Amino acid sequence: MNAGQSASFRRLFDEVGPVDAVGIEERVAKYTTRSIKKSAKLWGLKTAVTMVDLTTLEGKDTPGKVASLCQKALHPSDDSTVPPVAAVCVYPAMVRHARRALGPGAKVRIASVATAFPSGQTALVTRLAEVRRAVADGADEIDMVINRGAFLAGEFAEVQDEIAAVVAACGAATLKVILEVSELETYDKIRAASFLAMSVIRPGDFIKTSTGKTTLNATLGNNQVMLEAIRDFYLDTGTAIAMKPAGGIRTAKQALQFLIAVKETLGDAWLNNKRYRFGASSLLNDLLRQIEKERTGAYQAPYYFSEAAESY
Amino acid sequence: MPTLAAGKKQTPRRQGRPAPELIFGDLWTYDPAPETADPKLKKRYELFINGRFVAPKSGKYFSSINPANEQKLAEIALADRADVDAAYRAAKKAYDTTWGKMPGAERAKYLFRIARLLQDRAREFAVAETMDGGKPIKESRDFDVPMAAAHFFYHAGWADKLDYVAPGRRIAPLGVVGQVIPWNFPLLMCAWKLAPALAMGNCVVLKPAETTSITALKLAEIIQDAGLPPGVVNIVTGAGETGAAVMGHPIPAKVAFTGSTEVGKIIMRSLAGTDKKMTMELGGKAANIIFDDAPLDQAVEGIINGIFFNQGHVCCAGSRLLVHEPVADRVIAKLKQRMKVLRVGDPLDKNTDVGAINSKEQLARITALVKSGVKEGAEMFQPACTLPAKGWYFPPTIFSGVSMSHRIAREEIFGPVLSILTFRTPEEAVEKANNTAYGLSAGVWTDKGSRILKMSTELKAGVVWANTYNKFDPTSPFGGYKESGFGREGGRQGLLDYCRLV
Repeated sequence: MNAGQSASFRRLFDEVGPVDAVGIEERVAKYTTRSIKKSAKLWGLKTAVTMVDLTTLEGKDTPGKVASLCQKALHPSDDSTVPPVAAVCVYPAMVRHARRALGPGAKVRIASVATAFPSGQTALVTRLAEVRRAVADGADEIDMVINRGAFLAGEFAEVQDEIAAVVAACGAATLKVILEVSELETYDKIRAASFLAMSVIRPGDFIKTSTGKTTLNATLGNNQVMLEAIRDFYLDTGTAIAMKPAGGIRTAKQALQFLIAVKETLGDAWLNNKRYRFGASSLLNDLLRQIEKERTGAYQAPYYFSEAAESY
Repeated sequence: MPTLAAGKKQTPRRQGRPAPELIFGDLWTYDPAPETADPKLKKRYELFINGRFVAPKSGKYFSSINPANEQKLAEIALADRADVDAAYRAAKKAYDTTWGKMPGAERAKYLFRIARLLQDRAREFAVAETMDGGKPIKESRDFDVPMAAAHFFYHAGWADKLDYVAPGRRIAPLGVVGQVIPWNFPLLMCAWKLAPALAMGNCVVLKPAETTSITALKLAEIIQDAGLPPGVVNIVTGAGETGAAVMGHPIPAKVAFTGSTEVGKIIMRSLAGTDKKMTMELGGKAANIIFDDAPLDQAVEGIINGIFFNQGHVCCAGSRLLVHEPVADRVIAKLKQRMKVLRVGDPLDKNTDVGAINSKEQLARITALVKSGVKEGAEMFQPACTLPAKGWYFPPTIFSGVSMSHRIAREEIFGPVLSILTFRTPEEAVEKANNTAYGLSAGVWTDKGSRILKMSTELKAGVVWANTYNKFDPTSPFGGYKESGFGREGGRQGLLDYCRLV
């Protein structure tokens, strides 16, 4: 790293301030001791359903798989009080199939992971072309990855320029900027990258933890670091950025803990699917299982709610 | 805040628009989540003398009140001079006949047994502790009871290794010791006092605080179940007079006291001229020092933990916040925000962060000191919170614009009240932090390791926490400088205070 790059690192970290890893983990451990019961639990579970970006990101995705995913997204459960999820999240090649399955103007939005997801390691023009194509095919939201190579090399201007270029390519589509926290590794860097992204995206755009393709994905710790970055940015500029943890949130219990973090850090204005999402596939059925348990007072047989997203 | 790389597209800073606010409203209110375990309280608690529960000679009892709802929980025996004397004679006999002669490895078995029995009944003890003292159930469940068990475990481990407490020297137990403990951590203080004394081979007469005797007497049940020889531990209950009898009795070779500096001084005066050993763990007015390079959100968390843990009824509470001037406004704004999500109320609710004030007297004292703060011109902030109609509660309170000449900056409030002062240079921070009669604890928040080391040598405090606050461990000695007392509890140093070198 040359002198200019190390200076830019120092400047950025001085500006956004450090994060103490032990402290942040102690803070989030307290969320896990909250006891959410009865109507509060039901509200939390149903709200979590409306926040799910129901995801399939596999090499073996087919139009048929995407169609069944869309069906599940529209009607998660026979219980008519259960709302549809926020969006389906698919690879760009599957966007048109999702659009056909959902129909125009559907209640469920289509998100697509463009920009050479998950690594982002292709030329910028290629990534931008992918974004434009996904939007043209009917994507309402684009989930992009940041250039981690450039970030870790200290080329912050390049990282921001690329995000700004994707913003332009999105047009009316909402943008979600994936920081890929496990590759940034430290909480300091996650906070710095959050600010880097937030200062070039639009109000209502998202920052997102991870692709779900690495070993460590969304945790309460990195969720908290990003929520606090969003809070500080909002209080300073008035611009409300949304948040999406993705990967590793598999149980309703986890989802409620993430929502408690939102409630106690950002407050009521972020407790909706315009400001907060879960990137998940198997989470949805656990939410439904728990909703049914709250309704009937008993857990259903395991085959009612499959753990595997394949069976949607 | 970030300007980031120059020349980049920036989100416009707000101009002339109202300041953005976060809404912590009632969109998602948590349903009540009371802990329902049975505390198994008796209607009446007797004295624990010579391994048995016995009625006080006077036949007098007093009530123990639940501070959360002002209801009577149980009646507690009032020990007088004669009862205390009986307790000391039982302790002396036990020391001479059983405990003093027992090999350390054997004593360890009893201590391990007490620790395990306490773990077995953890929920029951946590509920009893919360009902008797008013602290939130999440604290008694996650801190008080596990930490009490940890102290017995730790000292059980020492009991057969005492040759290594003072390398090169031989040590012997003191004999019988008298102990008086406060009401803020009733069970945990029992463990802090009993475990090292017993591990070292001493026998004990202990007096819990009059408002919180129940868990000590429940611990007596465990001591009975563990089969500890009669007289090794004796628990006498009562108020100041009983305490004076415990401290002033001729039998004990040592007395240990945890409580206010005021009472500590009275005890020290009364024992002047005797050959009794003493340890005193007294009051504090700790400085929690935040530098401009600190991780601010975690520092705010540390401030909250430092002053609102156990409603601020903590002798080492971070009750004076010293904040570096460049970040003072930012820290205070973040602190206020954080205070808005503190949940004050029923201590038995698992989501309660701040519970009830231990007694009516303490509430009156806190109220009076807060009034003096307002009168002396400090700026007060309390978050909007509805306190239960019945019971003794005080909202979390911070004062900004405080200077060292304010009473609230000098006197120990022992409640959820924080005084905020600012400083300009590290030297000024040290000067202000040390400008107090107390010296129990301090906190330093900075991203610079070298500054932590420098500050910790210059702060005259028994404990200095760096980038954290209120951390306890049985292996770590705890105690004060100056009028915060002398002697250490915990660790090897704590054991040294319960033995003599021979």
